[in-house]
Amino acid sequence: MFSNHKYIAFETIVIREIRRFGRIWLQTLVPPAITIGLYFVIFGNLVGSRIGEMGGYRYMEFIVPGLIMMSVIQNSYSNVVSSFFSHKFQHSIEELLVSPVPNYVILSGFIVGGMARGMAVGLIVTVMSLFFANLEIQNLLITVTVVLLTSIVFALAGFINALFANSFDDISIIPTFVLTPLIYLGGVFYSVELLPPFWKFVSALNPIFYMVNTFRYGILGTSDVDVTWAFFILCVFIVILFTCCIWLLRRGTGLRS
Amino acid sequence: MTIAISIQNLVKTYANGFEALKGISLEVQEGDFFALLGPNGAGKSTTIGVISTLVNKTSGSVEVFGKNVDTHVYETKLDFGVVPQEVNFSQFEKVRDIVMTQAGYYGLPRKLAAERCEKYLRKLGLWEKRDERSRSLSGGMKRRLMIARALVHEPRLLILDEPTAGVDIELRRSMWEFLTEINNKGTTIILTTHYLEEAEQLCRNIAIIDEGKIVENTSMRKLLSELDSQVYILETRSQIPAGFDLKLVNTNLEIVDENCIEVTVSGGLSINEVFAVFSEAGIKIDSMRNKTNRLEQLFLSKLEGND
Ligand SMILES: Nc1ncnc2c1ncn2[C@@H]1O[C@H](COP(=O)(O)OP(=O)(O)OP(=O)(O)O)[C@@H](O)[C@H]1O
Ligand SMILES: [Mg+2]
Repeated sequence: MFSNHKYIAFETIVIREIRRFGRIWLQTLVPPAITIGLYFVIFGNLVGSRIGEMGGYRYMEFIVPGLIMMSVIQNSYSNVVSSFFSHKFQHSIEELLVSPVPNYVILSGFIVGGMARGMAVGLIVTVMSLFFANLEIQNLLITVTVVLLTSIVFALAGFINALFANSFDDISIIPTFVLTPLIYLGGVFYSVELLPPFWKFVSALNPIFYMVNTFRYGILGTSDVDVTWAFFILCVFIVILFTCCIWLLRRGTGLRS
Repeated sequence: MTIAISIQNLVKTYANGFEALKGISLEVQEGDFFALLGPNGAGKSTTIGVISTLVNKTSGSVEVFGKNVDTHVYETKLDFGVVPQEVNFSQFEKVRDIVMTQAGYYGLPRKLAAERCEKYLRKLGLWEKRDERSRSLSGGMKRRLMIARALVHEPRLLILDEPTAGVDIELRRSMWEFLTEINNKGTTIILTTHYLEEAEQLCRNIAIIDEGKIVENTSMRKLLSELDSQVYILETRSQIPAGFDLKLVNTNLEIVDENCIEVTVSGGLSINEVFAVFSEAGIKIDSMRNKTNRLEQLFLSKLEGND
Protein backbone atom coordinates (compact mmCIF):
# COMPACT_ATOMS: atom_id res chain seq x y z
CA MET A 1 0.00 0.00 0.00
CA PHE A 2 1.21 3.50 -0.78
CA SER A 3 2.01 5.53 2.29
CA ASN A 4 -0.21 8.46 1.40
CA HIS A 5 -2.95 6.20 0.09
CA LYS A 6 -5.66 7.75 2.25
CA TYR A 7 -4.77 11.25 1.21
CA ILE A 8 -4.81 10.32 -2.48
CA ALA A 9 -8.20 8.67 -2.05
CA PHE A 10 -9.51 11.74 -0.25
CA GLU A 11 -8.20 14.07 -2.94
CA THR A 12 -9.73 11.85 -5.62
CA ILE A 13 -13.17 12.08 -4.04
CA VAL A 14 -12.94 15.84 -3.60
CA ILE A 15 -11.81 16.40 -7.20
CA ARG A 16 -14.57 14.15 -8.46
CA GLU A 17 -17.13 16.13 -6.47
CA ILE A 18 -15.88 19.49 -7.67
CA ARG A 19 -15.75 18.24 -11.23
CA ARG A 20 -19.35 17.10 -10.90
CA PHE A 21 -20.84 20.39 -9.80
CA GLY A 22 -18.55 22.24 -12.20
CA ARG A 23 -19.77 20.08 -15.09
CA ILE A 24 -23.41 20.85 -14.33
CA TRP A 25 -22.88 24.49 -13.32
CA LEU A 26 -26.14 25.48 -14.97
CA GLN A 27 -27.95 23.42 -12.36
CA THR A 28 -25.64 24.01 -9.43
CA LEU A 29 -24.16 27.49 -9.56
CA VAL A 30 -26.50 29.62 -11.65
CA PRO A 31 -29.92 29.02 -10.02
CA PRO A 32 -28.85 30.01 -6.49
CA ALA A 33 -27.15 33.13 -7.89
CA ILE A 34 -30.35 34.12 -9.70
CA THR A 35 -32.60 33.46 -6.70
CA ILE A 36 -30.45 35.36 -4.26
CA GLY A 37 -29.99 38.15 -6.83
CA LEU A 38 -33.78 38.50 -6.95
CA TYR A 39 -33.90 38.68 -3.16
CA PHE A 40 -31.38 41.49 -3.28
CA VAL A 41 -33.42 43.41 -5.83
CA ILE A 42 -36.88 42.82 -4.39
CA PHE A 43 -36.36 42.68 -0.63
CA GLY A 44 -33.22 44.68 -0.35
CA ASN A 45 -33.85 47.41 -2.87
CA LEU A 46 -37.57 47.72 -3.55
CA VAL A 47 -39.19 46.63 -0.30
CA GLY A 48 -36.16 47.31 1.86
CA SER A 49 -36.15 51.02 1.15
CA ARG A 50 -39.68 51.23 2.65
CA ILE A 51 -38.75 49.17 5.69
CA GLY A 52 -36.02 51.46 6.82
CA GLU A 53 -33.81 50.07 9.52
CA MET A 54 -33.55 46.57 10.94
CA GLY A 55 -31.44 45.85 13.99
CA GLY A 56 -29.80 49.23 13.55
CA TYR A 57 -28.78 48.77 9.90
CA ARG A 58 -30.20 49.56 6.49
CA TYR A 59 -32.47 46.64 5.62
CA MET A 60 -30.27 45.72 2.67
CA GLU A 61 -27.19 45.53 4.86
CA PHE A 62 -29.11 43.47 7.36
CA ILE A 63 -30.25 40.79 4.93
CA VAL A 64 -27.06 40.40 2.90
CA PRO A 65 -25.24 38.25 5.52
CA GLY A 66 -28.39 36.19 5.99
CA LEU A 67 -28.75 35.57 2.28
CA ILE A 68 -25.11 34.59 1.86
CA MET A 69 -25.51 32.15 4.72
CA MET A 70 -28.73 30.82 3.21
CA SER A 71 -26.98 30.05 -0.06
CA VAL A 72 -24.07 28.34 1.71
CA ILE A 73 -26.44 26.17 3.77
CA GLN A 74 -28.64 25.15 0.85
CA ASN A 75 -25.79 24.41 -1.50
CA SER A 76 -23.58 22.48 0.92
CA TYR A 77 -26.57 20.33 1.76
CA SER A 78 -27.84 19.82 -1.72
CA ASN A 79 -24.43 19.04 -3.22
CA VAL A 80 -23.82 16.16 -0.86
CA VAL A 81 -27.35 14.81 -0.93
CA SER A 82 -27.68 14.86 -4.70
CA SER A 83 -24.18 13.67 -5.49
CA PHE A 84 -24.15 10.83 -2.99
CA PHE A 85 -27.67 9.75 -3.86
CA SER A 86 -26.86 9.79 -7.54
CA HIS A 87 -23.85 7.54 -6.89
CA LYS A 88 -26.18 5.24 -4.99
CA PHE A 89 -28.77 5.36 -7.73
CA GLN A 90 -26.25 4.56 -10.47
CA HIS A 91 -24.49 2.05 -8.20
CA SER A 92 -21.22 3.87 -8.78
CA ILE A 93 -20.97 4.14 -5.00
CA GLU A 94 -19.87 0.49 -5.21
CA GLU A 95 -16.59 1.70 -6.73
CA LEU A 96 -15.85 3.29 -3.37
CA LEU A 97 -17.30 0.53 -1.23
CA VAL A 98 -15.13 -2.20 -2.76
CA SER A 99 -11.94 -0.13 -2.57
CA PRO A 100 -9.74 0.12 0.48
CA VAL A 101 -10.98 3.58 1.45
CA PRO A 102 -11.81 4.00 5.15
CA ASN A 103 -15.27 5.34 5.96
CA TYR A 104 -13.98 8.55 7.47
CA VAL A 105 -12.11 9.31 4.24
CA ILE A 106 -15.24 8.70 2.15
CA LEU A 107 -17.22 10.95 4.47
CA SER A 108 -14.60 13.70 4.58
CA GLY A 109 -14.30 13.68 0.80
CA PHE A 110 -18.02 14.24 0.29
CA ILE A 111 -18.12 16.86 3.07
CA VAL A 112 -15.31 18.86 1.53
CA GLY A 113 -17.00 18.52 -1.86
CA GLY A 114 -20.20 19.96 -0.37
CA MET A 115 -18.24 22.74 1.31
CA ALA A 116 -16.59 23.58 -1.99
CA ARG A 117 -19.96 24.09 -3.65
CA GLY A 118 -21.28 26.00 -0.63
CA MET A 119 -18.25 28.28 -0.72
CA ALA A 120 -18.41 28.71 -4.50
CA VAL A 121 -22.03 29.84 -4.39
CA GLY A 122 -21.39 31.87 -1.22
CA LEU A 123 -18.61 33.68 -3.03
CA ILE A 124 -20.71 34.37 -6.10
CA VAL A 125 -23.49 35.76 -3.89
CA THR A 126 -21.02 37.85 -1.91
CA VAL A 127 -19.63 39.38 -5.07
CA MET A 128 -23.17 40.13 -6.27
CA SER A 129 -24.01 41.76 -2.96
CA LEU A 130 -21.24 44.29 -3.51
CA PHE A 131 -23.48 45.89 -6.13
CA PHE A 132 -26.21 46.45 -3.58
CA ALA A 133 -24.56 47.17 -0.28
CA ASN A 134 -21.29 48.44 1.11
CA LEU A 135 -20.17 45.84 3.53
CA GLU A 136 -17.03 46.01 5.56
CA ILE A 137 -16.22 42.82 7.34
CA GLN A 138 -15.77 43.59 11.03
CA ASN A 139 -14.24 40.31 12.07
CA LEU A 140 -12.79 38.21 9.27
CA LEU A 141 -11.83 35.28 11.48
CA ILE A 142 -15.33 34.84 12.89
CA THR A 143 -16.93 35.35 9.49
CA VAL A 144 -14.83 32.71 7.78
CA THR A 145 -14.92 30.20 10.63
CA VAL A 146 -18.66 30.31 11.08
CA VAL A 147 -19.33 29.92 7.40
CA LEU A 148 -16.98 26.93 7.16
CA LEU A 149 -18.42 25.22 10.24
CA THR A 150 -21.98 25.82 9.07
CA SER A 151 -21.17 24.36 5.73
CA ILE A 152 -19.74 21.24 7.41
CA VAL A 153 -22.91 20.83 9.48
CA PHE A 154 -25.18 20.91 6.45
CA ALA A 155 -22.94 18.78 4.29
CA LEU A 156 -23.09 16.15 7.04
CA ALA A 157 -26.86 16.50 7.27
CA GLY A 158 -27.11 16.07 3.50
CA PHE A 159 -24.98 12.93 3.75
CA ILE A 160 -27.37 11.35 6.26
CA ASN A 161 -30.32 12.29 4.07
CA ALA A 162 -28.64 10.58 1.08
CA LEU A 163 -27.89 7.42 3.05
CA PHE A 164 -31.54 6.97 3.96
CA ALA A 165 -32.94 8.09 0.61
CA ASN A 166 -34.40 5.47 -1.69
CA SER A 167 -35.86 7.74 -4.34
CA PHE A 168 -35.44 11.21 -5.76
CA ASP A 169 -38.47 12.29 -3.68
CA ASP A 170 -36.59 11.40 -0.53
CA ILE A 171 -33.83 13.84 -1.34
CA SER A 172 -36.17 16.78 -1.78
CA ILE A 173 -38.51 16.17 1.17
CA ILE A 174 -36.09 17.27 3.89
CA PRO A 175 -34.85 20.38 2.07
CA THR A 176 -38.43 21.47 1.33
CA PHE A 177 -40.17 20.63 4.58
CA VAL A 178 -37.39 21.06 7.11
CA LEU A 179 -34.47 23.05 5.80
CA THR A 180 -36.30 25.87 4.03
CA PRO A 181 -38.63 26.69 6.96
CA LEU A 182 -35.71 26.61 9.40
CA ILE A 183 -33.74 28.98 7.19
CA TYR A 184 -36.64 31.43 6.70
CA LEU A 185 -37.40 31.38 10.42
CA GLY A 186 -33.71 31.58 11.29
CA GLY A 187 -33.51 35.35 11.28
CA VAL A 188 -32.37 35.82 7.69
CA PHE A 189 -34.99 38.50 7.02
CA TYR A 190 -35.70 39.97 10.45
CA SER A 191 -34.21 40.54 13.84
CA VAL A 192 -35.72 38.39 16.60
CA GLU A 193 -36.06 41.55 18.64
CA LEU A 194 -39.25 42.12 16.62
CA LEU A 195 -40.80 38.86 17.78
CA PRO A 196 -43.12 38.29 20.75
CA PRO A 197 -41.47 36.35 23.62
CA PHE A 198 -42.92 32.96 22.65
CA TRP A 199 -41.56 33.09 19.09
CA LYS A 200 -38.31 34.44 20.38
CA PHE A 201 -38.03 31.31 22.48
CA VAL A 202 -38.90 29.10 19.51
CA SER A 203 -36.23 30.84 17.42
CA ALA A 204 -33.68 30.04 20.08
CA LEU A 205 -34.28 26.34 19.36
CA ASN A 206 -33.40 26.76 15.70
CA PRO A 207 -29.71 26.05 15.10
CA ILE A 208 -29.71 28.08 11.88
CA PHE A 209 -30.65 31.14 13.90
CA TYR A 210 -27.29 30.95 15.69
CA MET A 211 -25.33 30.44 12.52
CA VAL A 212 -26.94 33.32 10.64
CA ASN A 213 -26.53 35.67 13.54
CA THR A 214 -22.94 34.77 14.19
CA PHE A 215 -22.14 35.33 10.54
CA ARG A 216 -23.94 38.66 10.70
CA TYR A 217 -21.90 39.49 13.76
CA GLY A 218 -18.71 38.77 11.85
CA ILE A 219 -19.73 41.14 9.08
CA LEU A 220 -21.73 43.86 10.79
CA GLY A 221 -20.44 43.58 14.34
CA THR A 222 -23.81 43.06 16.03
CA SER A 223 -25.76 39.93 16.77
CA ASP A 224 -28.92 38.66 18.44
CA VAL A 225 -26.97 35.79 20.00
CA ASP A 226 -23.92 35.06 22.08
CA VAL A 227 -21.16 34.21 19.60
CA THR A 228 -19.25 31.81 21.85
CA TRP A 229 -22.42 29.89 22.52
CA ALA A 230 -23.06 29.72 18.76
CA PHE A 231 -19.62 28.23 18.09
CA PHE A 232 -20.19 25.73 20.83
CA ILE A 233 -23.48 24.66 19.27
CA LEU A 234 -21.87 24.34 15.84
CA CYS A 235 -19.12 22.12 17.19
CA VAL A 236 -21.58 19.93 19.06
CA PHE A 237 -23.62 19.48 15.90
CA ILE A 238 -20.56 18.56 13.88
CA VAL A 239 -19.42 15.97 16.40
CA ILE A 240 -22.86 14.40 16.68
CA LEU A 241 -23.54 14.32 12.95
CA PHE A 242 -20.07 13.06 12.07
CA THR A 243 -20.40 10.23 14.58
CA CYS A 244 -23.82 9.35 13.20
CA CYS A 245 -22.51 9.25 9.64
CA ILE A 246 -19.59 7.01 10.55
CA TRP A 247 -21.87 4.69 12.48
CA LEU A 248 -24.33 4.48 9.57
CA LEU A 249 -21.50 3.87 7.10
CA ARG A 250 -20.11 1.10 9.23
CA ARG A 251 -23.52 -0.55 9.44
CA GLY A 252 -23.88 -0.12 5.70
CA THR A 253 -27.27 1.56 6.09
CA GLY A 254 -28.72 2.19 2.65
CA LEU A 255 -25.54 0.88 1.01
CA ARG A 256 -25.04 -2.81 1.68
CA SER A 257 -27.79 -5.42 1.55
CA MET B 1 0.60 -23.53 -2.21
CA THR B 2 -1.14 -20.31 -1.29
CA ILE B 3 -4.89 -20.26 -1.08
CA ALA B 4 -6.24 -17.21 -2.88
CA ILE B 5 -9.65 -17.39 -1.39
CA SER B 6 -11.18 -19.53 1.29
CA ILE B 7 -14.87 -19.40 2.10
CA GLN B 8 -16.20 -21.27 5.12
CA ASN B 9 -19.87 -22.01 5.85
CA LEU B 10 -21.10 -18.86 4.25
CA VAL B 11 -24.74 -18.10 4.97
CA LYS B 12 -26.66 -15.13 3.65
CA THR B 13 -30.25 -14.39 4.54
CA TYR B 14 -31.52 -11.23 2.89
CA ALA B 15 -33.61 -8.68 4.79
CA ASN B 16 -36.79 -10.12 3.28
CA GLY B 17 -35.99 -13.47 4.91
CA PHE B 18 -34.78 -15.19 1.74
CA GLU B 19 -31.87 -17.53 2.36
CA ALA B 20 -29.69 -17.02 -0.72
CA LEU B 21 -26.63 -18.91 0.59
CA LYS B 22 -27.10 -21.95 2.79
CA GLY B 23 -23.62 -22.66 4.07
CA ILE B 24 -21.14 -22.48 1.22
CA SER B 25 -17.53 -23.62 1.58
CA LEU B 26 -15.04 -23.14 -1.19
CA GLU B 27 -11.32 -22.85 -1.74
CA VAL B 28 -9.49 -21.45 -4.74
CA GLN B 29 -5.74 -21.88 -5.09
CA GLU B 30 -3.48 -19.06 -6.13
CA GLY B 31 -2.96 -19.06 -9.90
CA ASP B 32 -6.14 -20.97 -10.57
CA PHE B 33 -8.69 -20.19 -13.24
CA PHE B 34 -11.87 -21.06 -11.44
CA ALA B 35 -15.45 -21.26 -12.69
CA LEU B 36 -18.42 -20.65 -10.44
CA LEU B 37 -21.42 -22.00 -12.29
CA GLY B 38 -25.08 -22.24 -11.49
CA PRO B 39 -28.53 -21.36 -12.82
CA ASN B 40 -30.14 -17.94 -12.41
CA GLY B 41 -30.69 -17.10 -8.78
CA ALA B 42 -28.31 -19.80 -7.52
CA GLY B 43 -26.35 -17.35 -5.37
CA LYS B 44 -23.24 -16.65 -7.46
CA SER B 45 -23.53 -12.88 -7.35
CA THR B 46 -24.45 -13.01 -3.68
CA THR B 47 -21.23 -14.94 -2.98
CA ILE B 48 -19.20 -12.39 -4.92
CA GLY B 49 -21.08 -9.61 -3.12
CA VAL B 50 -20.04 -11.00 0.25
CA ILE B 51 -16.38 -11.26 -0.82
CA SER B 52 -16.37 -7.69 -2.09
CA THR B 53 -18.20 -6.45 1.04
CA LEU B 54 -21.21 -5.16 -0.88
CA VAL B 55 -23.39 -7.75 0.81
CA ASN B 56 -23.31 -8.21 4.59
CA LYS B 57 -23.03 -11.89 5.34
CA THR B 58 -25.23 -13.56 7.93
CA SER B 59 -22.54 -15.96 9.12
CA GLY B 60 -19.41 -17.74 7.96
CA SER B 61 -16.01 -16.42 7.05
CA VAL B 62 -14.06 -15.30 4.01
CA GLU B 63 -10.28 -15.21 3.77
CA VAL B 64 -8.35 -13.65 0.92
CA PHE B 65 -4.72 -14.80 0.67
CA GLY B 66 -4.93 -16.04 4.23
CA LYS B 67 -6.34 -12.84 5.70
CA ASN B 68 -9.83 -12.49 7.05
CA VAL B 69 -11.83 -9.85 5.16
CA ASP B 70 -13.50 -8.65 8.36
CA THR B 71 -10.36 -8.06 10.37
CA HIS B 72 -8.00 -7.06 7.53
CA VAL B 73 -10.45 -4.95 5.56
CA TYR B 74 -8.03 -2.71 3.70
CA GLU B 75 -5.24 -5.21 3.05
CA THR B 76 -7.61 -7.78 1.59
CA LYS B 77 -9.34 -5.22 -0.61
CA LEU B 78 -6.02 -4.33 -2.23
CA ASP B 79 -5.61 -7.96 -3.26
CA PHE B 80 -8.71 -8.38 -5.36
CA GLY B 81 -10.58 -6.61 -8.14
CA VAL B 82 -14.20 -7.21 -9.01
CA VAL B 83 -16.06 -6.94 -12.31
CA PRO B 84 -19.72 -6.88 -11.31
CA GLN B 85 -22.61 -8.36 -13.23
CA GLU B 86 -24.42 -5.04 -13.61
CA VAL B 87 -22.92 -1.80 -14.85
CA ASN B 88 -21.91 0.24 -11.83
CA PHE B 89 -20.05 3.28 -13.02
CA SER B 90 -21.42 6.77 -13.38
CA GLN B 91 -23.02 7.25 -16.79
CA PHE B 92 -21.99 10.89 -16.89
CA GLU B 93 -18.27 10.48 -16.46
CA LYS B 94 -15.64 9.98 -19.10
CA VAL B 95 -14.08 6.58 -19.64
CA ARG B 96 -10.64 7.75 -18.60
CA ASP B 97 -11.91 9.55 -15.49
CA ILE B 98 -13.68 6.42 -14.32
CA VAL B 99 -10.47 4.38 -14.40
CA MET B 100 -8.36 7.20 -12.97
CA THR B 101 -10.79 7.74 -10.11
CA GLN B 102 -10.69 4.06 -9.25
CA ALA B 103 -6.90 4.22 -9.25
CA GLY B 104 -7.14 7.13 -6.84
CA TYR B 105 -9.32 5.14 -4.47
CA TYR B 106 -6.56 2.54 -4.37
CA GLY B 107 -4.03 5.23 -3.57
CA LEU B 108 -2.07 5.07 -6.83
CA PRO B 109 0.02 8.19 -7.39
CA ARG B 110 -1.20 10.14 -10.43
CA LYS B 111 1.67 9.26 -12.74
CA LEU B 112 1.44 5.55 -12.10
CA ALA B 113 -2.35 5.75 -12.34
CA ALA B 114 -2.12 7.42 -15.75
CA GLU B 115 0.28 4.74 -17.02
CA ARG B 116 -1.87 1.87 -15.81
CA CYS B 117 -4.99 3.54 -17.11
CA GLU B 118 -3.51 3.81 -20.59
CA LYS B 119 -2.13 0.28 -20.44
CA TYR B 120 -5.43 -1.36 -19.59
CA LEU B 121 -7.63 0.86 -21.73
CA ARG B 122 -5.41 -0.03 -24.67
CA LYS B 123 -5.44 -3.72 -23.83
CA LEU B 124 -9.20 -3.72 -23.69
CA GLY B 125 -9.55 -1.70 -26.87
CA LEU B 126 -11.01 1.37 -25.22
CA TRP B 127 -8.18 3.86 -25.55
CA GLU B 128 -9.85 5.55 -28.53
CA LYS B 129 -12.95 6.02 -26.39
CA ARG B 130 -11.11 7.51 -23.43
CA ASP B 131 -12.66 10.97 -23.72
CA GLU B 132 -16.19 9.78 -24.27
CA ARG B 133 -18.86 9.73 -21.63
CA SER B 134 -19.43 6.19 -20.47
CA ARG B 135 -23.12 6.15 -21.33
CA SER B 136 -22.21 6.37 -25.02
CA LEU B 137 -20.36 3.04 -24.90
CA SER B 138 -21.95 -0.13 -26.24
CA GLY B 139 -22.85 -2.91 -23.83
CA GLY B 140 -19.72 -4.91 -24.62
CA MET B 141 -17.51 -1.84 -24.19
CA LYS B 142 -19.09 -1.16 -20.81
CA ARG B 143 -18.12 -4.65 -19.67
CA ARG B 144 -14.57 -4.11 -20.87
CA LEU B 145 -14.43 -0.77 -19.10
CA MET B 146 -15.31 -2.54 -15.88
CA ILE B 147 -12.50 -5.02 -16.49
CA ALA B 148 -9.99 -2.22 -17.05
CA ARG B 149 -11.24 -0.54 -13.90
CA ALA B 150 -10.87 -3.72 -11.86
CA LEU B 151 -7.29 -4.21 -13.06
CA VAL B 152 -5.94 -0.74 -12.50
CA HIS B 153 -4.54 -1.62 -9.08
CA GLU B 154 -3.20 -4.92 -10.49
CA PRO B 155 -4.84 -7.24 -7.98
CA ARG B 156 -3.63 -10.79 -7.36
CA LEU B 157 -7.18 -12.06 -7.62
CA LEU B 158 -9.68 -11.02 -10.26
CA ILE B 159 -13.34 -11.91 -9.79
CA LEU B 160 -15.58 -11.58 -12.83
CA ASP B 161 -19.35 -11.91 -12.64
CA GLU B 162 -20.53 -12.85 -16.14
CA PRO B 163 -17.92 -10.79 -17.98
CA THR B 164 -18.95 -12.05 -21.41
CA ALA B 165 -22.72 -11.67 -21.14
CA GLY B 166 -23.88 -9.81 -24.21
CA VAL B 167 -20.43 -9.72 -25.79
CA ASP B 168 -20.15 -10.76 -29.44
CA ILE B 169 -18.26 -13.90 -30.45
CA GLU B 170 -15.16 -12.18 -31.75
CA LEU B 171 -14.81 -9.99 -28.70
CA ARG B 172 -15.54 -12.87 -26.41
CA ARG B 173 -12.64 -14.77 -27.92
CA SER B 174 -10.31 -11.82 -27.51
CA MET B 175 -11.49 -11.45 -23.93
CA TRP B 176 -10.71 -15.14 -23.34
CA GLU B 177 -7.24 -14.64 -24.73
CA PHE B 178 -6.73 -11.64 -22.52
CA LEU B 179 -7.91 -13.44 -19.39
CA THR B 180 -5.73 -16.43 -20.20
CA GLU B 181 -2.78 -14.10 -20.65
CA ILE B 182 -3.15 -12.45 -17.26
CA ASN B 183 -3.82 -15.80 -15.66
CA ASN B 184 -0.58 -17.13 -17.15
CA LYS B 185 1.21 -14.16 -15.63
CA GLY B 186 -0.03 -15.26 -12.22
CA THR B 187 -3.35 -13.56 -11.58
CA THR B 188 -5.89 -15.87 -9.99
CA ILE B 189 -9.23 -15.65 -11.77
CA ILE B 190 -12.70 -16.57 -10.59
CA LEU B 191 -15.41 -16.30 -13.17
CA THR B 192 -19.13 -16.92 -13.38
CA THR B 193 -20.73 -17.57 -16.71
CA HIS B 194 -23.73 -19.16 -18.31
CA TYR B 195 -21.70 -20.12 -21.38
CA LEU B 196 -20.49 -23.55 -20.38
CA GLU B 197 -18.26 -23.76 -23.41
CA GLU B 198 -16.43 -20.77 -22.00
CA ALA B 199 -15.94 -22.41 -18.62
CA GLU B 200 -14.75 -25.60 -20.31
CA GLN B 201 -12.22 -23.73 -22.43
CA LEU B 202 -10.81 -21.48 -19.74
CA CYS B 203 -11.16 -22.97 -16.32
CA ARG B 204 -9.15 -25.61 -14.53
CA ASN B 205 -11.39 -25.97 -11.52
CA ILE B 206 -15.06 -25.58 -11.07
CA ALA B 207 -17.84 -25.30 -8.53
CA ILE B 208 -21.50 -25.63 -9.32
CA ILE B 209 -23.85 -23.85 -7.00
CA ASP B 210 -27.59 -24.35 -6.91
CA GLU B 211 -30.19 -22.86 -4.57
CA GLY B 212 -27.47 -21.57 -2.28
CA LYS B 213 -25.59 -24.84 -1.96
CA ILE B 214 -22.48 -26.20 -3.64
CA VAL B 215 -23.50 -29.29 -5.58
CA GLU B 216 -20.13 -29.97 -7.20
CA ASN B 217 -16.59 -28.78 -6.60
CA THR B 218 -13.85 -30.48 -8.57
CA SER B 219 -11.39 -30.07 -11.40
CA MET B 220 -12.69 -29.61 -14.89
CA ARG B 221 -10.85 -32.71 -16.11
CA LYS B 222 -12.30 -34.94 -13.41
CA LEU B 223 -15.73 -33.62 -13.99
CA LEU B 224 -15.58 -34.21 -17.73
CA SER B 225 -14.26 -37.72 -17.25
CA GLU B 226 -17.39 -38.50 -15.25
CA LEU B 227 -19.27 -38.27 -18.45
CA ASP B 228 -19.84 -41.92 -19.34
CA SER B 229 -21.63 -41.44 -22.59
CA GLN B 230 -21.32 -38.99 -25.42
CA VAL B 231 -23.56 -38.39 -28.37
CA TYR B 232 -21.92 -37.60 -31.72
CA ILE B 233 -23.62 -36.40 -34.82
CA LEU B 234 -21.98 -37.61 -38.04
CA GLU B 235 -22.68 -36.16 -41.46
CA THR B 236 -21.90 -38.63 -44.22
CA ARG B 237 -21.05 -38.03 -47.86
CA SER B 238 -22.52 -41.26 -49.17
CA GLN B 239 -26.01 -42.41 -48.36
CA ILE B 240 -26.47 -44.57 -45.34
CA PRO B 241 -27.92 -47.91 -46.46
CA ALA B 242 -31.19 -48.89 -44.80
CA GLY B 243 -30.71 -51.29 -41.90
CA PHE B 244 -27.14 -50.18 -41.35
CA ASP B 245 -25.87 -51.17 -37.90
CA LEU B 246 -22.54 -50.77 -36.13
CA LYS B 247 -22.83 -54.15 -34.42
CA LEU B 248 -20.69 -52.87 -31.54
CA VAL B 249 -21.40 -53.17 -27.85
CA ASN B 250 -21.85 -49.92 -25.89
CA THR B 251 -23.11 -48.02 -28.89
CA ASN B 252 -26.48 -46.94 -29.92
CA LEU B 253 -27.26 -45.66 -33.36
CA GLU B 254 -30.06 -43.59 -34.73
CA ILE B 255 -30.40 -42.65 -38.36
CA VAL B 256 -31.64 -39.07 -38.58
CA ASP B 257 -31.83 -38.94 -42.35
CA GLU B 258 -29.95 -40.55 -45.21
CA ASN B 259 -26.85 -38.39 -44.67
CA CYS B 260 -26.94 -37.89 -40.93
CA ILE B 261 -26.55 -40.28 -38.09
CA GLU B 262 -26.50 -39.98 -34.31
CA VAL B 263 -24.17 -42.30 -32.41
CA THR B 264 -24.17 -42.68 -28.64
CA VAL B 265 -20.90 -44.08 -27.39
CA SER B 266 -20.50 -45.24 -23.81
CA GLY B 267 -18.43 -47.48 -21.57
CA GLY B 268 -15.05 -46.20 -22.69
CA LEU B 269 -15.39 -47.40 -26.24
CA SER B 270 -12.99 -45.67 -28.59
CA ILE B 271 -14.40 -43.60 -31.37
CA ASN B 272 -11.87 -45.28 -33.69
CA GLU B 273 -13.80 -48.50 -33.53
CA VAL B 274 -16.89 -46.67 -34.68
CA PHE B 275 -15.01 -45.15 -37.60
CA ALA B 276 -13.66 -48.57 -38.55
CA VAL B 277 -17.18 -49.91 -39.05
CA PHE B 278 -18.06 -46.98 -41.24
CA SER B 279 -15.06 -47.36 -43.51
CA GLU B 280 -15.69 -51.09 -43.80
CA ALA B 281 -19.19 -50.33 -45.01
CA GLY B 282 -17.71 -47.81 -47.45
CA ILE B 283 -19.46 -44.85 -45.87
CA LYS B 284 -17.45 -41.63 -46.07
CA ILE B 285 -17.81 -39.25 -43.14
CA ASP B 286 -17.73 -35.50 -43.80
CA SER B 287 -17.95 -34.12 -40.31
CA MET B 288 -18.48 -35.03 -36.71
CA ARG B 289 -19.59 -32.97 -33.72
CA ASN B 290 -20.80 -33.43 -30.18
CA LYS B 291 -24.55 -33.24 -29.91
CA THR B 292 -24.44 -31.15 -26.73
CA ASN B 293 -21.58 -29.46 -24.99
CA ARG B 294 -20.06 -32.05 -22.68
CA LEU B 295 -20.03 -29.75 -19.67
CA GLU B 296 -23.61 -28.77 -20.34
CA GLN B 297 -24.67 -32.39 -20.16
CA LEU B 298 -22.94 -32.81 -16.79
CA PHE B 299 -24.17 -29.49 -15.50
CA LEU B 300 -27.78 -30.43 -16.12
CA SER B 301 -27.37 -33.83 -14.53
CA LYS B 302 -25.84 -32.25 -11.40
CA LEU B 303 -28.72 -29.83 -11.09
CA GLU B 304 -31.23 -32.62 -11.53
CA GLY B 305 -29.50 -34.54 -8.76
CA ASN B 306 -30.02 -31.55 -6.47
CA ASP B 307 -33.82 -31.50 -6.85
N1 LIG C 1 -31.22 -7.67 -2.18
C1 LIG C 1 -31.86 -8.83 -2.21
N2 LIG C 1 -32.93 -9.05 -1.42
C2 LIG C 1 -33.57 -10.22 -1.44
N3 LIG C 1 -33.25 -11.28 -2.21
C3 LIG C 1 -32.20 -11.13 -3.03
C4 LIG C 1 -31.44 -9.91 -3.08
N4 LIG C 1 -30.45 -10.05 -3.98
C5 LIG C 1 -30.58 -11.30 -4.46
N5 LIG C 1 -31.62 -11.95 -3.90
C6 LIG C 1 -32.05 -13.32 -4.18
O1 LIG C 1 -30.98 -14.20 -3.88
C7 LIG C 1 -30.92 -15.25 -4.82
C8 LIG C 1 -29.52 -15.35 -5.40
O2 LIG C 1 -29.28 -14.22 -6.21
P1 LIG C 1 -27.92 -14.02 -6.98
O3 LIG C 1 -27.97 -12.67 -7.58
O4 LIG C 1 -26.80 -14.32 -6.06
O5 LIG C 1 -28.03 -15.13 -8.10
P2 LIG C 1 -27.00 -15.48 -9.27
O6 LIG C 1 -26.53 -16.85 -9.02
O7 LIG C 1 -25.99 -14.43 -9.40
O8 LIG C 1 -27.99 -15.46 -10.53
P3 LIG C 1 -27.75 -14.92 -12.02
O9 LIG C 1 -27.13 -16.03 -12.76
O10 LIG C 1 -29.15 -14.68 -12.50
O11 LIG C 1 -26.94 -13.70 -11.95
C9 LIG C 1 -32.01 -14.97 -5.85
O12 LIG C 1 -33.11 -15.76 -5.57
C10 LIG C 1 -32.35 -13.53 -5.64
O13 LIG C 1 -33.71 -13.28 -5.91
MG1 LIG D 1 -25.57 -13.05 -10.77
